[in-house]
Amino acid sequence: MLSMTNIPDQKSLSRQLAVAERRNKIKAFVLVVPLLLFVLASFVLPIASLVWLGGYNDTFSKALPETTRLLQQWDAKSPISEELAASFVTELRAAKLKDAAVPTRVATVINREQAGSLSKIKQVLTASDMASPFKEHLIALNDEWAKPDIWHAMKIVAPSFTPRFYLQALDHRITADGTIVSETDDNAIQILLFSRTLMVAAIVTLLCAILGFPIAYIMAHAETKTSNMMLIVVLLPFWTSLLVRTTAWIALLQQNGVINDLLVRIGLIDNDHRLVMMYNMFATLVAMTHVLLPFMILPLFSVMKSIKGNLTRAALSLGATPWTAFWKVYFPQTIPGLGAGCLLVFILAVGYYITPALVGGQSGQLISNIIAFHMQKTLNWSLASAIGTLLLIGVLLLYWLYNRLVGIDKMKLA
Amino acid sequence: MNFFTPNFPPYATAFEIAWYYAFRMICLAIFIFLIAPILVIIPLSFNAESFFSFTDGMLALKPEAYSLKWYRDIFANGMLDPNAPLSLDWLKDSWMRSQWMIALKNSLVIGVSATFVATILGTLASVGLSRPEMPFRGLINGILISPMIVPIVITATGMFFFFSQVGLAQTYLGLVFAHALLGTPFVVITVTATLTSFDRSLLRAAANLGANPLTTFFKVQMPLILPGVISGALFAFITSFDEVVVVLFLAEPDQRTIPRQMWSGLREQISPTILAVATILILLSLVLLISLEFTRRRMERLKIESFG
Repeated sequence: MLSMTNIPDQKSLSRQLAVAERRNKIKAFVLVVPLLLFVLASFVLPIASLVWLGGYNDTFSKALPETTRLLQQWDAKSPISEELAASFVTELRAAKLKDAAVPTRVATVINREQAGSLSKIKQVLTASDMASPFKEHLIALNDEWAKPDIWHAMKIVAPSFTPRFYLQALDHRITADGTIVSETDDNAIQILLFSRTLMVAAIVTLLCAILGFPIAYIMAHAETKTSNMMLIVVLLPFWTSLLVRTTAWIALLQQNGVINDLLVRIGLIDNDHRLVMMYNMFATLVAMTHVLLPFMILPLFSVMKSIKGNLTRAALSLGATPWTAFWKVYFPQTIPGLGAGCLLVFILAVGYYITPALVGGQSGQLISNIIAFHMQKTLNWSLASAIGTLLLIGVLLLYWLYNRLVGIDKMKLA
Repeated sequence: MNFFTPNFPPYATAFEIAWYYAFRMICLAIFIFLIAPILVIIPLSFNAESFFSFTDGMLALKPEAYSLKWYRDIFANGMLDPNAPLSLDWLKDSWMRSQWMIALKNSLVIGVSATFVATILGTLASVGLSRPEMPFRGLINGILISPMIVPIVITATGMFFFFSQVGLAQTYLGLVFAHALLGTPFVVITVTATLTSFDRSLLRAAANLGANPLTTFFKVQMPLILPGVISGALFAFITSFDEVVVVLFLAEPDQRTIPRQMWSGLREQISPTILAVATILILLSLVLLISLEFTRRRMERLKIESFG
């Protein structure tokens, strides 16, 4: 009897527990919602618009919708129709009446595919006698219009959704008949930059590991007071403004800088043969290593501090040489810290912008600098977005790896 | 073994003794590599000439080779009448028109507002994240930390596109949002770290004694995690105060901040005024480092007290 009456009670009890647990889950989640929404609005959506813009560009199709339709029907082999020429000229001139900046933007987009198109299109805009038959008038204006090249360029840039920016970011290009060809060696610069960036990141990571390991070791094995002092020496650069540290390297490395002056003064080099250490790859490597070194030292230090000395002592008492004891017993225990530091430094180095931009000159530019270059100088925003998306994918993969191996909640600051 | 006066055991070989000293020399060299570039700036900022290097006079410690003129230039550059005698009017002129003063004001306004937003949102989220019943903790944590990992150029580019669409580009509000976003991961990391050592039974005790959740948060939890919140806020502020890429992409030409002013100084007209500014910033980071160390010690003391 007793157990019979208990059954519904137990059921309602577990239901009540489930309700309470769900309510607690919601309560915890509600606290996170404001930040999550903020991150969504000011980070996730911006990143999404970057990815979107890498594959979408409606500069041409928005200004010249009818021409876009006709270009898509055109097979890129037969001579262009009078209808296409007429639609191109009338829509271009109509766009100019609405907003004078639009035709220039359209012309710039075409010009990126076919150099020299800009001036030809400007001719069309300024020509006074543009009437039917448009095709003949265009050819009379400039016989380049009789050739298929500029029309091919227009056929390529016409579609709003296009893989061409992503292809361009990988040194490939799409032709008017839709085939994908790889870029000639002279124009193939993106892959070169990607590989240069990866190489710089790898070298910086290696340098940081080589320089950081002894520092973390001596800090972890010194007395607390000495260790704290050393920690301040490591943390002061970490806390100092990045621009200040870059300024410092400019003061040190430039041709009339402190190091060159010192070398001349002590007679190691001749005044006329000062070392070129600034505005090149060397400066980028040195300054980046300096900036990122604390990111290697701090995780290594915290791992080394937790390593007990008894294993190494056991190895020594069993007859291992100091080197064997270090390499076979101590070093493997530092791998978690070394791995975390290396991944963190590599992730940060791959996306580095400020230091290469200020001290790198021509040869020390990395992929981030090219993105900024296309954003600010060539104004080819879609290409910048495509390159940025590829870089983003790489960084997110590394971040995922870091999270799997180290755990993002293990990340500590200072 | 004592650090500076080692007692070598009698069986130590000559090689081991040599390595002991060599290793310390190597470490010393790396420490010099870390700290020397920063220390070199300080004397250089007192250079009487407009060089980025030591002059003969400076090396001979001649007083006339040193000057404060680059510090004066921080205040004077951009003033209507920089040569006027030092008075209240001079200070007012400097505060209103000096390029660096305008940049400082912009940096402070943006930095303080961004820190405010980042600290409130970040602390709230950390309290939620550290609750044991939090769903999708790993995923959400990953999303919240990602602004720290994604290269700044990508973030700035995306913000430029999106903020232009919604009318936030070239506004102070847009810059505050952008900098707040970059600061939130630091707040989340430090506050979550503090909360892991927070004794949750205190919350139940407070509730048991009749406190409502808000009272419990402000009277019990907040005072105990305050050091973590403060250091998170310091991180958020320094992130904003040192940020230049987002400002370059999003700000109007006259929305200059200190880092942007330094950036254009380094790219265009290199002058030792930058070294003077850099020296001030180094002192500022020293102050921040010390205050962080202070909050850390306080946190450790609290930890001992709450367990004791």
